[in-house]
Amino acid sequence: MRRHSIFALARNALTGHRNWPEAWRSPPLRDSYDVIVVGAGGHGLATAYYLAKNHGARSVAVLDRGALGTGNVGRNTVTVRSNYLRDESIPFYVKSVELYGGLTKELNFNLMHSKRGMVDVIQTYPKLRDIRRRMYAMHLHGSTYRPMDVAEIRRRIPPLTGGGADSRLPIVGGMFHPDAAVNRHDAVAWGFARAADALGVEIHQNVPVKSLLRGSDGTIRGVETAQGTVRAGKVGLAVSGHTTTLAETAGLRLPLRTFNLAAFVSEPVKPLIDVVVNCPDIGCYLSQSDKGELVVGGAPDLGQSFRRDIKQTVFEDAVAAMLELFPSFKRLKLLRQWGGHLDIAHDASPIVSGTDVPGLFVTAGWWGGYKAIPAGGLAFAHLVATGQPHPLIEPYSIRRFRRLEFIFESGTTVVA
Amino acid sequence: MLLLTCPHCGPRDEREFVYGGPSAAKRPDDAGGISEEAWIEHLTVPPNPVGAVAEHWWHARGCGEWIEVSRDTATHDLGGTGG
Repeated sequence: MRRHSIFALARNALTGHRNWPEAWRSPPLRDSYDVIVVGAGGHGLATAYYLAKNHGARSVAVLDRGALGTGNVGRNTVTVRSNYLRDESIPFYVKSVELYGGLTKELNFNLMHSKRGMVDVIQTYPKLRDIRRRMYAMHLHGSTYRPMDVAEIRRRIPPLTGGGADSRLPIVGGMFHPDAAVNRHDAVAWGFARAADALGVEIHQNVPVKSLLRGSDGTIRGVETAQGTVRAGKVGLAVSGHTTTLAETAGLRLPLRTFNLAAFVSEPVKPLIDVVVNCPDIGCYLSQSDKGELVVGGAPDLGQSFRRDIKQTVFEDAVAAMLELFPSFKRLKLLRQWGGHLDIAHDASPIVSGTDVPGLFVTAGWWGGYKAIPAGGLAFAHLVATGQPHPLIEPYSIRRFRRLEFIFESGTTVVA
Repeated sequence: MLLLTCPHCGPRDEREFVYGGPSAAKRPDDAGGISEEAWIEHLTVPPNPVGAVAEHWWHARGCGEWIEVSRDTATHDLGGTGG
């Protein structure tokens, strides 16, 4: 890997930027690897990177049905935070947020990481009690959360002029989460891909996996792709949304349902909001990108869905919610909308686990999995390489459903 | 946007309805005879097809009727709407 630096930039500027090397190779698909990771998204690429870096794996292939990074890693609202509720969740997200902070240097790729903090704007007393409970839990695990009164909230977020004393839901208080950050989603996918490639991982784009192959003894033998059979002793699924579709080809049923979550951006405007703003009571959250666009997300579409667009009713609800608190935004034009399909378990906690099929591992149920990419990849790589769960993801075993020991997590969705 | 057919009110905008969750899978016939694993699978593993799912919708901002709808998870196509 040719390292990116100011000297590389100057050298390439002298030659008119015509000699930048390819960020990753596109080698021919072999018929056998030690490990196949299905899905070249954030979790798949991070897993491949940590497999090579921490566990010395040299024969790893990442297969994706489309172009790298065009699934959910390119369809989120780039918020990285650790304000969760459960003892099982908080340490994991604290680790992930910490890893994100060092990734630009580690991957030698600028993630444009901006640790700007997040403000929860609260309009009901039950929600206020709920996040205060979350605060105490977070303090036990080294995360940061502190109460913020209404005057300070309005000072930090100048366009927040709605939610006054006469409104339907007056703002009653809030919370500040200083650890929260935003960064560039493409850079996360490209950075992990480039760094994994440099360690010998093969990334194969446009190789759709049609089914999983099992041997006569039940163990995993590889995958059937549109370009033929590829054999491997270990297969890791990191295919958010389609986890059940693929697992069912190996006769495995998983406790997951697939939903659509969508977001949209406005036209770019001058710097206006320098924190992530989350308004759980009305169902909307937003931040301003470096380009100046307001990135807005709403509640999920409630029924199961494999769609990647936004439903008109969901879109209108999110806009109406936003305008209730930010009335001046009614003059903004909205530029783009997008959706992703992601799977969620009954208890809203992820599943990072081996399965009943020996050699088949899944990382799924990531609802808001963007923030979990570094720690999720690190822990999933440990699981795939050693067969033993990493301490960070030990509670996320699929066995918890067999024992009905759920980890109900209310911090999973921002608009929960 | 979905156009759901209520048996009393006819085709109505989705916004008049509240999503009521997926229809429960069929309860095992021999409830006492099946294994604990099979029971837990029945309780925890829902169908998640790329295709038709059965679900309940409540006409909360209309006549109040609960209806069962078959909806395609990939296309939102509706079929079999009825009381």
